[in-house]
Amino acid sequence: MQTNVTSFGRLQSLPHEVENAGSFASARVGAASTSGISVLPRGLGSSYGDVCLNPGGQLLVTTGLNNFLAFDEGSGVLTVEAGVTLGEIQRTFAPRGWMLSVTPGTQFVTVGGAIGNDVHGKNHHARGTFGDNTLSFTLVRSDGTILNCSRSENAELFYATIGGLGLTGLITQATIQLQSVAGAYLDIENIVFQNSGEFLSLSDESEPDWQYIVSWIDCTSKHGRGIFMRGNNSSDPRVPETNIGGPAVPFTPPISLINRASVLAFNQLYFHLNRAKAGAAKTHYQPYFYPLDSVRRWNLAYGPKGFYQYQMVIPRAGGREALDEILSEIRRAGQGSFLAVLKTFGEDKGPGLLSFARPGITLALDFTNYGDRSEKLFERLDAIVASAGGALNPSKDSRMSRAMFEAGFPRFEEFEKYRDPAVSSAMSRRLMGW
Amino acid sequence: MRVLIVGATSGIAKECARIWAKQPDAEFVLVGRNEAALEAVAADLRVRSTTAKTSVFALDITDAVAVAALEPKLVALGNYDVVLIAQGELTDQTEAQASVAVIDRSLTLNVTSVGIFAELGARLLGRSGRGNLAIFGSVAGDRGRRANYSYGAAKAFIDTYVQGMRHRFAGTGISVTVIKPGPTATAMTTALATSGKLAPADAVAKEIVAGIAKGKPVIYAPGLWRIIMLVVRMIPSPIFNKLNF
Repeated sequence: MQTNVTSFGRLQSLPHEVENAGSFASARVGAASTSGISVLPRGLGSSYGDVCLNPGGQLLVTTGLNNFLAFDEGSGVLTVEAGVTLGEIQRTFAPRGWMLSVTPGTQFVTVGGAIGNDVHGKNHHARGTFGDNTLSFTLVRSDGTILNCSRSENAELFYATIGGLGLTGLITQATIQLQSVAGAYLDIENIVFQNSGEFLSLSDESEPDWQYIVSWIDCTSKHGRGIFMRGNNSSDPRVPETNIGGPAVPFTPPISLINRASVLAFNQLYFHLNRAKAGAAKTHYQPYFYPLDSVRRWNLAYGPKGFYQYQMVIPRAGGREALDEILSEIRRAGQGSFLAVLKTFGEDKGPGLLSFARPGITLALDFTNYGDRSEKLFERLDAIVASAGGALNPSKDSRMSRAMFEAGFPRFEEFEKYRDPAVSSAMSRRLMGW
Repeated sequence: MRVLIVGATSGIAKECARIWAKQPDAEFVLVGRNEAALEAVAADLRVRSTTAKTSVFALDITDAVAVAALEPKLVALGNYDVVLIAQGELTDQTEAQASVAVIDRSLTLNVTSVGIFAELGARLLGRSGRGNLAIFGSVAGDRGRRANYSYGAAKAFIDTYVQGMRHRFAGTGISVTVIKPGPTATAMTTALATSGKLAPADAVAKEIVAGIAKGKPVIYAPGLWRIIMLVVRMIPSPIFNKLNF
């Protein structure tokens, strides 16, 4: 049966054959390799772009593979099936004194997807990426082999699969390291900064003592003012029940609600509200790690044409100048959004052959899809990123050029050797030719 | 509490078990076809609740002889508080119209196997004279529609069967329930689930667990489906037959 499937950015909705990876996972990948149509593992489809799409082919959806398999209360080592969500792990283990070592900004992500995209969080400088905290996983290949992969066993496939965009086979289960916590709270401190220089010195000064650092930047402001937010796990032992069922965007509005006027108004408001309440506070992990999860289906607010996320990383050397140039391009184009996130990555170079997170400065912004106008802006940004020696994040991407990919991920040729011949995605066809 | 779940790898049944696992004395007896998948469900429950006990029995659940051999093993474990019968398979209507083998397969799993285990469950609960027997039907069983009447007819069997069992156990400590989930995001509905329009399995399970505890005759989950299906059943046939759904 063909079903129209989209991704989080909702730029396109195209027919796919959707299959449950379920308990017959190994048979399913094998069947696809003999039937001649390509397959792609997919979790919750929370990636913005086309990394989780395979139009004309098959999607092997892993969300039914959602069992916890083993947990060691002493060491925090957790084995799960690949479709278990990050939110389920946080809710289940926070009351027992353990939380994910690394979490991205949404909990609606599967463990398989977190490995395949080697996601990072606010604590990259302290804990590296999700892949750095992955001890092993089971990989099912289309030739029927089922491989246990770790740093010591099938290590090449281990490093190819971390950040491998789902292209090396189907991850059916994984063993990850959780971090010990006292409770569900974080001690946080918010500090106003007026420009990118202040942001960078705050980062340098905070990294040794603060596990979580992230900044919101006002992309409509002249000098790049923003709010620097740093936090540590609190010693407060309380773990109240959380309710993630907040309000929802009820339907897709006919035009994007995120436009020049609303972005300007929001950013002014957000900056001044946060400036007023800057300082130290205590917060539950839910609004701190996953602020947007409280508005369900917020991606619909960008209207029927969908939206892009553009995330780049640029090296620290010359990074400030490039960052300022990028911000002024965005401001000039008047296309920024509410959700401009800025942070510095730590020294970890990323465990995967195609890992995105690497030392440098990273900026992520959402953009309403204005067609050509958006693409022209992205091309100007690409040029700045490329000349600064940076890269774009494939997990968020749906439009970067092959040249941009190859420049940002120099180990792409080495990676291709480990791809599963039956697995393909819209992204892999666009960036690797198959 | 001791819970027997047949078809324990079913998405909604598994979510029900996760809720029961929050009780400190939860003990699960999991029956199904695929041993590895059952073991994964058992492991999941033991990770969620360090006090939960689990046993797993994998067999051909459509084979009355195999089930008869299972019965003394189930009896040996003790008395049961809840028996949940959850096996089932969505039948492709187009295939069913073309092939008696498809109808046969659907009836064997959705009807015969359910009947065998309903009687087994009744005997297990009869030993203590109390407990809840709950069987998965479907909103599809409430009215035949062109899109899925093969599956719907099999599920309608469960309605009448449960009705009769309730009559049989009236005035005793045993309740019998038919559960009618609306479209729910599980492995059975993967293709639809990617559209994001289905009810989440954990929310559906919450309503089911609460309904079973109350011994309700019929559980619609989400509850809104009780009203939707009331309307669907009341539409006169001449009008119904002109509708396209």
